[in-house]
Amino acid sequence: MNKKSFGSQLLAAPHIVWSVLFTVVPLFIMLYFAFTNADGVFTLENIKQIGLYKKAFGISILYAVIATLITLLIAYPMAYFMTKVNISSQRMLMMIVMIPMWMNFLIRTYSWITILANTGIINTFLKSIGLGPVKLINTPGAVILGMVYDFLPYMILPIYSVMSKIDKSLLEASEDLGSNAFNKFRRVILPLSRPGIISGITMVFVPSVSTFYISQKLGGNKTMLVGDVIEYFFNAGPDYYNVASAISMVLMIMILVCMVIMNRFSDDDSEGVII
Amino acid sequence: MKTLSRLYIALILLFLYAPVAVMIIFSFNSSGSVWVFEGFSFDWYKGLMSDTTMLTALEHTLIVAVLSALISTVLGTAAAVGILAIRKKIAASTVMSITNIPMMNADIVTGVSLMLLFIFVGNLFALRESLGFATVLIAHITFNLPYVILSVMPKLRQTDANLVDAAMDLGCTPFKAFFKVILPSISTGIATGAIMAFTLSLDDFVISYFTCGKYQTLPIVIYNMTKKSVTPDTYALSTIIFIAVFVLLILYNMLQTKSEKQTAMRKVGAK
Repeated sequence: MNKKSFGSQLLAAPHIVWSVLFTVVPLFIMLYFAFTNADGVFTLENIKQIGLYKKAFGISILYAVIATLITLLIAYPMAYFMTKVNISSQRMLMMIVMIPMWMNFLIRTYSWITILANTGIINTFLKSIGLGPVKLINTPGAVILGMVYDFLPYMILPIYSVMSKIDKSLLEASEDLGSNAFNKFRRVILPLSRPGIISGITMVFVPSVSTFYISQKLGGNKTMLVGDVIEYFFNAGPDYYNVASAISMVLMIMILVCMVIMNRFSDDDSEGVII
Repeated sequence: MKTLSRLYIALILLFLYAPVAVMIIFSFNSSGSVWVFEGFSFDWYKGLMSDTTMLTALEHTLIVAVLSALISTVLGTAAAVGILAIRKKIAASTVMSITNIPMMNADIVTGVSLMLLFIFVGNLFALRESLGFATVLIAHITFNLPYVILSVMPKLRQTDANLVDAAMDLGCTPFKAFFKVILPSISTGIATGAIMAFTLSLDDFVISYFTCGKYQTLPIVIYNMTKKSVTPDTYALSTIIFIAVFVLLILYNMLQTKSEKQTAMRKVGAK
């Protein structure tokens, strides 16, 4: 379909108006709040205050990076093995991986408390065999586990969908040309699955770095992530909207920068970028 | 190797479903604990039926999901046709970048920026309550739109433009040609977009949290419940949602396999 007439162009008009009103304008309003005080007077005070939340930004990025890497390491073999079973089981498996995504992530996160708590399932088991209790809940590890768990399907599915489209004859060709299993993986499968890896990484990193629920539930109140800071200020009342806007703006820019860097990776075709 | 890969798949599925299993088991607990299982009962399910907060929230969630899916599907399908018709390359790519913003942005940023807009406008008109049904609906339509457009567009690209010409040569008006030729060939894309919009809307917490005001949807009620100590009724509610989604997906999958078989049969028949 590439019929280009003036009439059909107009069909995009409602959407364009909508996007400008509810996507572009809100971002400018956020910018306005970030650079004004509660009385609407221009100020740089909010931007200066961001320095106070360096630590929240730091651990948000750190946790999100660790969670994304673990997710990738777990999801990649899963996606690969999924392509190895027969077609009807593949579709079934894909659905089984997707179903938890449709469950409310608040509940999925909350269920982990029942598993990890000091009186929870793991510790009850450990106690019964005489090891423990071990402190699992309210640790950085629990927060990262929550991120890995909640966003794992977002990593498995794009990698799987790219991998399942890899032409089998390419693999045969590499075998015919004398590749062993490792070389076949490194020179054919890995480069061809890179687009899936890239989109998986973005789909896990962005929600991880900006989450505010997982850390509150699994990390106790000790770990304040950027998302928690933003949520806290917006709940604290209109006086704090300006600071919160400034922090949100910085978070947005930070994610944008990360995505630009990621896209560099995906455009770069030189070998060994990922290994 | 085969057993090893099967084992790995099984382990990942165990990991994915462990919390789900925990939730289902404890929703049948006879005591109010989510730690110790004391006996089997349906009490929490019975309790849900009379929980008005929960039922109202469910109603709100369904209203917002249906309306936002409907509106974003119509707007998005029209937009996909329109965007592909834009002649200037720069204009088209600008529109696409703006379209993608809600998908690329973190939910919290989308939520917060919309909330600020609504509050700003509310203050402008001195409204007492700036947030509510209208704002949460607007927010949901906004984050659904890119998903609809991105599901419809590829189908639209695959549609042969000559078909439209042929239809018009045979006497169709452009309007009629759209409904007779284009719409049927992109219907799967539209359906995918609508289903996606509906489920995204059902499940959304972060954006609703910042834009809903007193019009609480189910995820918001669940959030408030988990803020206090959780009792098994939250698990019971989630179990019901889980089973509903599970059945829907199985049905959807069965329908798809059936229609694939039918097309395969037709192809064989044509030969």
